[in-house]
Amino acid sequence: MKEILSGNEAVARGAYEGGLHFACAYPGTPSTEILENMTKYKEIHSHWSVNEKTSLETALGASFGGMRALVAMKHVGLNVAADPLFSAGYIGAKGALVIITADDPGMHSSQNEQDNRNYARAAKIPMLEPSDSQEAKDFTKIALKISEEFDTPVLIRLTTRISHSKSIVEFAERENVEVKGYEKNVKKNLVMPAHARALHKKVEERLLKLKEFSNDFKYNTIEYKNKNIGIITSGISYQYVKESMPDASVLKISLSWPLPDRIIKEFADNVERLYVVEENDPFIETEVKAMGIKITGKEIIPIVGELNPRIVKESFNAVEKYKLKETMEKAPGRPPALCPGCPHTSVFHAINKLKLIATGDIGCYTLGALPPLSAMDTCVDMGASITNALGLEYSLKGRDKRKIVAVIGDSTFYHSGITGLIDLVYNKGTSTVIILDNSITAMTGHQDNPGTGKTLMGEDSPKFDLERLIKGLGIEHVYSVDSYNLEEVANLIKRETERSAPSVIIARRPCILLPEMKKKKFDKYEIDENKCTGCQMCVKLGCPAISFDKEKKKALINKSLCVGCSLCFQVCKFGAIKKVQGE
Amino acid sequence: MNTKIIIAGVGGQGILLASDILCEVAMKAGFDTKKSEVHGMSQRGGDVVSHVIFGEKVYSPLISYNEADVILSFEQVEALRNLDYLKDGGVMIINDIRILPVPVASGMADYPKDAVGEVKKFVKNTIVLDAESMAKELGNVKVMNVILLGVMAKQVKIIKKEIWIEALKANVPPKTIDVNIKAFEKGYDFS
Repeated sequence: MKEILSGNEAVARGAYEGGLHFACAYPGTPSTEILENMTKYKEIHSHWSVNEKTSLETALGASFGGMRALVAMKHVGLNVAADPLFSAGYIGAKGALVIITADDPGMHSSQNEQDNRNYARAAKIPMLEPSDSQEAKDFTKIALKISEEFDTPVLIRLTTRISHSKSIVEFAERENVEVKGYEKNVKKNLVMPAHARALHKKVEERLLKLKEFSNDFKYNTIEYKNKNIGIITSGISYQYVKESMPDASVLKISLSWPLPDRIIKEFADNVERLYVVEENDPFIETEVKAMGIKITGKEIIPIVGELNPRIVKESFNAVEKYKLKETMEKAPGRPPALCPGCPHTSVFHAINKLKLIATGDIGCYTLGALPPLSAMDTCVDMGASITNALGLEYSLKGRDKRKIVAVIGDSTFYHSGITGLIDLVYNKGTSTVIILDNSITAMTGHQDNPGTGKTLMGEDSPKFDLERLIKGLGIEHVYSVDSYNLEEVANLIKRETERSAPSVIIARRPCILLPEMKKKKFDKYEIDENKCTGCQMCVKLGCPAISFDKEKKKALINKSLCVGCSLCFQVCKFGAIKKVQGE
Repeated sequence: MNTKIIIAGVGGQGILLASDILCEVAMKAGFDTKKSEVHGMSQRGGDVVSHVIFGEKVYSPLISYNEADVILSFEQVEALRNLDYLKDGGVMIINDIRILPVPVASGMADYPKDAVGEVKKFVKNTIVLDAESMAKELGNVKVMNVILLGVMAKQVKIIKKEIWIEALKANVPPKTIDVNIKAFEKGYDFS
């Protein structure tokens, strides 16, 4: 059977065919759909973890018990999981342990462009790099085998253009594998210094064996054509090279750590000039140069941003540089924005009005940093809002009278906010933390989390009580508020930021895009043009349903976009916004 | 030679579903096919672009500047934004509607006065239609996308119309098959 699958769907299919028992992940673009698709296969237990560290540790636990386990995350997620990653490298894998990292060259939805091939080298763990969906499926199965054969975790590196591109995939049957069962083995599974010293030796021996395996690996392939130019490449870059340099000889690297040194040497000996085409870091390039082989890479191939066939072709001077058309009228930017009726809007409106310093976090609500709300000062990594606020508080004390709020979403709070909040209490911080609780992990497309009371497989689970949790951490002042009540939100933020004790405000409303919210019928709002003075207070909410007619000097509400949140009605001082019956 | 098609528009317009159907049609017609797009921002009003390529053997899932045979834009300004991807002699199909980006709505940027006219200066084969109104005439505004697919199908002569009809039947809710087929025909006969 053949189907068109995305790289992420193909990984899930490969995991199924390869006899996987256990999969977990914390959602993160571009990796999210791997676990979402895993639920198609009832033979696999799959669940959402609270963060990438707990996720990898859980998968390792399943592997201890002899299950074939897989964990998926976006590239920056592996930073969170780096601690267990390095230990897992020493421990190895009783049941297979496959770790998917979905990198994001071009930063389509990420804060950096880190190249996680570096983690394979640093943690001494083998890494596979598929170049299309078929390989994403096949390599997942191969990774499960390598893991058990060599007693090692295996990394698979996807990139956005592998994860979110679709191509044709041939299916196979599932291989049924027994769970091996648990046996106590402290010398292997308990990495205290005495054990780890012995394990490190084994890791180095394992790497040498894997290098031999890499040299014999049938997916590390040489395609000789014109021998004047030889290009070493891997992953999606392979496709760009084949498309743009059809006459060149190509060495396709599929097992990119450890690199197949003999094949590389053979290829280098047989071509006149040797090049490497790889996205982001000069990973292969550095290794090849260390082998004493002359190779051209980042001298011609950009290190910043993702590649495409045109960039590759232009880099080889095989085509003239493309000149963009000079149009008289330019297309205005279309940045993503908080949705009409987004419950986060009121909080950012208040922060802007109160001129607070807002340390921000990662989620849809990072969009609150954009004009006209412009209500976020910093965004660093998951959970950083709270601890950034704590540090900033120390530097401002006695020097700057401005107040600080930390803004964090519910899912991000569960991910990494709780430890930060303990830190804030312990170290006598007095900042106010606002938790934007929209009852879902929204940015990545609505995944359940500990606050929703549902698991990935649709089972009921204990629904977390945020207030109780926070009070338990020693914070006395915990208040919740309906996000749609603009005045109450603003008053509460004002009151709590003035308090010289730590406080938490939970601004609560389900995400407007949730299916159950979409089904509800709301009254809509419209502008009474006779009363509208053109003051633009409503426009400053940044609601995509509201626009301003510069000629008429009147605001306008797009009724097909309005969801009736009433924020504009509340903000209008002239009674120029009125309710109309919902359709 | 491979056929390269770009479908562009605004998050929420159904760009990804439209390109999924195109991919499936290409596979049913016996071609190798790939498509690429970026998820994540698609629901939040950002611009969305999907690249679809099919032919004997497809390597890159991305289309480069000056390569697309057809660009199907679900909105005026998105046609202008993607103009550089269209090859010389390629066909631009524009759905004649405006969706204001937030910077425009809030008065921080201007929407071009004549985006379609600007595209026409560079592209001889520009097809402009108001598929939204056409869909309303059919009594179901949701079939706008299928009308646009119909217009595009006519330009992609390498795939037979029957394959399209079959794929549509398989991809739309059973109750709406009739109106979708009508919508497709309406688009197909437009140019």
